[in-house]
Amino acid sequence: MREIIIQVAYFAAAILFILGLKRMSSPKTATSGVEWAGIGMLIAVLVTFFFPGMHNFLLIIVAIFLGTVAAWIAAKKVAMTAMPEMIAMYNGMGGGAAAAIAAIELSKFIIDPNIHHMSAATFSLAITGALIGSISFSGSILAFFKLRDWLKNIYFPMQQVINLSVLAIALVLGAILLFWHSTLILVLFFIASLAYGVLMTMSIGGADMPVVISLYNAFTGLAVACEGFVLNNISMIIAGTLVGSAGTLLTLLMAKAMNRSLSNVLFTRFGGSSGGTEVTGTTKSMEVEDAAMMLNYVTRVVFVPGYGMAVAQAQQKVWELASLLLEKGVDVKFAIHPVAGRMPGHMNVLLAEAGVPYDYILDMEDINNDFPTTDIVIVLGANDVVNPAARTDKASPIYGMPILNVDYAKQIFVIKRGKGKGYAGIENLLFFNDKCRMVYGDAKQVMTKMIQTLKEQE
Amino acid sequence: MTIDGFTAIYLFTLAAFAGYEVISRVPVILHTPLMSGSNFIHGIVLIGAVIALGHATTASEIIIGFIAVLLATGNAVGGYVVTVRMLEMFKSKNNDNK
Repeated sequence: MREIIIQVAYFAAAILFILGLKRMSSPKTATSGVEWAGIGMLIAVLVTFFFPGMHNFLLIIVAIFLGTVAAWIAAKKVAMTAMPEMIAMYNGMGGGAAAAIAAIELSKFIIDPNIHHMSAATFSLAITGALIGSISFSGSILAFFKLRDWLKNIYFPMQQVINLSVLAIALVLGAILLFWHSTLILVLFFIASLAYGVLMTMSIGGADMPVVISLYNAFTGLAVACEGFVLNNISMIIAGTLVGSAGTLLTLLMAKAMNRSLSNVLFTRFGGSSGGTEVTGTTKSMEVEDAAMMLNYVTRVVFVPGYGMAVAQAQQKVWELASLLLEKGVDVKFAIHPVAGRMPGHMNVLLAEAGVPYDYILDMEDINNDFPTTDIVIVLGANDVVNPAARTDKASPIYGMPILNVDYAKQIFVIKRGKGKGYAGIENLLFFNDKCRMVYGDAKQVMTKMIQTLKEQE
Repeated sequence: MTIDGFTAIYLFTLAAFAGYEVISRVPVILHTPLMSGSNFIHGIVLIGAVIALGHATTASEIIIGFIAVLLATGNAVGGYVVTVRMLEMFKSKNNDNK
């Protein structure tokens, strides 16, 4: 009887996950989608307490309580701009949990294979789950550090060779375990797996970060599915596989939006030594007040937000300026490149937070033809996604990436913190364009000054 | 309930198709919320962690199991809260439009 109730509950949870994910893929039903999935999760977790042969209940409840409080507070407090790294962090925790489950099951088997029997297939799945769960765990944590700017990209000689050797070592150790049940080998296997996660993430540049986070998300899903097979738990198999395949597709869509293949993202250094053709010419800067003045004489303005806007937390001020222009009868639009920011849709979320209505926000394909009739484009901390080198310079590492054609507009203002290069580490041809003026400063402060200047004139 | 080899392969394949179908027609603006949502869904690893800790006997098993439950709870709860927060923004703005 108990067995039937547990299985029915797991079945209901699996259905709720699929329907929830389906509802999440449309803006209107998205919120109810995550609620459905939440109910499924709650049912599945509650019913697990009635699993046969369970003990350590106090420890389980304490761990769940501590985890809930910590994650709840962190998730409530975090600023919207820091969402990508929070997703990376929570994803890593899931991968770590899957790896830890594998560690327990594998060590039980290794210590006494007669009592805790495991078929070769189950054993392989446990090892696979342990490997990708560990990679997702250490990789996501490193991604978290890099997104917080606590760590820079690290390159060293023979990087790919060393990385792949570490992966090979992990695989070999995993295979050895199948024949030689040694705790030492198991520990070494986990160390090699965790090390590979770190190494793999270390060399991946910031612009590629969203793709990698999405990949680790898929990894964790697969690791969970693998451990689901080991524990004979259908809920985990279905939910894990669902995320594994959905996450893989999402990863490929993201890589495609950047016109890069996945292997390119993982194994090729972005930017780096080959910075494309040398750029000659000079950039022209402009004072904030002068730039603001020019906004008095326009009929059409397009804002192009990028990571700089997120860092400066400028989204509210941007919308304030846009509203001011709208009051004056100016046609204002926001142009979003598919990979602007650190995640696809990152900018949409931030602009939504500031209260910018949907119809002012346009995707790249919808706005690219409108730039020639645009009076002023304001580029806010976006760089590589507006670099015309992607269209013209075959030697450039970003050649072929679809970009926002802001250089076709009549005038371009680039608001930028400093003279540094973009995430790809390459010169931006746009900045050398005669129509382009650099407005140096923090995006939020620049926006505030522009608003002041415009208001003073009234 | 035990799952034999072929049932496992069927399960895996069908679930993979379901995931693919569900995602394949998603507007770009929902990519981040969706990644966050699917991140929440693999928080189901929590039930595996609970089972592992619930069946743990030796000290090292209990310690690793405790860490597993802690991490998995973080994944599930954090993933849920972040996703809801993200989606709330889209919702409130929609209402303003009307």
